[in-house]
Amino acid sequence: MIYRRYTMPSIWEEMNRMQREMERLMQAFLPETGRVSTVFPAINAWTNDEAEIVTVEVPGVDPKDLDISVVNDVLTISGERKPEDPKDDIRYHRRERVCGKFSRSIQLAFPVNTDKVTASYENGILKIVLPRAEADKPRKITVKSA
Amino acid sequence: MAEETKSIEIKKETPLAEEKTERIRERRVYLPRTDIYETRDDLVLVMDLPGADEKSVDIMLEKNVLTIKAYPTFERPENYTLAYAEYGEGDFERSFALSDEIDREHIEARVKNGTLYLRLPKAGAAKPTKIEVKAG
Repeated sequence: MIYRRYTMPSIWEEMNRMQREMERLMQAFLPETGRVSTVFPAINAWTNDEAEIVTVEVPGVDPKDLDISVVNDVLTISGERKPEDPKDDIRYHRRERVCGKFSRSIQLAFPVNTDKVTASYENGILKIVLPRAEADKPRKITVKSA
Repeated sequence: MAEETKSIEIKKETPLAEEKTERIRERRVYLPRTDIYETRDDLVLVMDLPGADEKSVDIMLEKNVLTIKAYPTFERPENYTLAYAEYGEGDFERSFALSDEIDREHIEARVKNGTLYLRLPKAGAAKPTKIEVKAG
């Protein structure tokens, strides 16, 4: 019985410590609830009748490491985010940024004119403008009176 | 944390700015994803702030609380409607409590490709000193 009095508290302490650590980990991710996605990179898409604009959050990715391709109405963005300081004597306190290769494909609202797709990169945001294919554009049909 | 483990303990982050003070800007506040690591001489912080440039980032070190705020530009293309969204429009804010002394004179910060790189050199006492062992 005496043993128990000595051993129990240390177990609870350890449990508490683990619980605190779990809470800390949970908190690192929970405040992201405002942002729907946890995948990297996050994508927004804007459309009108003429074109679609896709913006992608790719902070810390060199534009040279980005690869964009369009096949019919599927846009694929791939690339690599390189770790900043690949020294070996470093010790991490927080590691929330995902590094490495990534690839994402999204279905566009319509087939696009692949020759006229343009892309720009500024402050970690990639912006791709995809004009709608001529053949797919809505045509106005006039009704003739008999 | 025990005294002998001389690590930089970063205490619980303050969740959002609204907790203590009211914000006037009608924008959401996000916690930016952050890497923090320690080398022999420095504490390095790498933070994702997509859309922010060097002019839209504020860094404050008050006592031992480091606060980073960013007000990125969010482009809304004209005459377009948002069809699909995975990220929202908002500011970034996050603070950390540093337990080690920082050499305030030599802090370096730069923003590149929407990422903040902050180098905080450790001050004398916090720096590990190597003790030479002599034979004899």
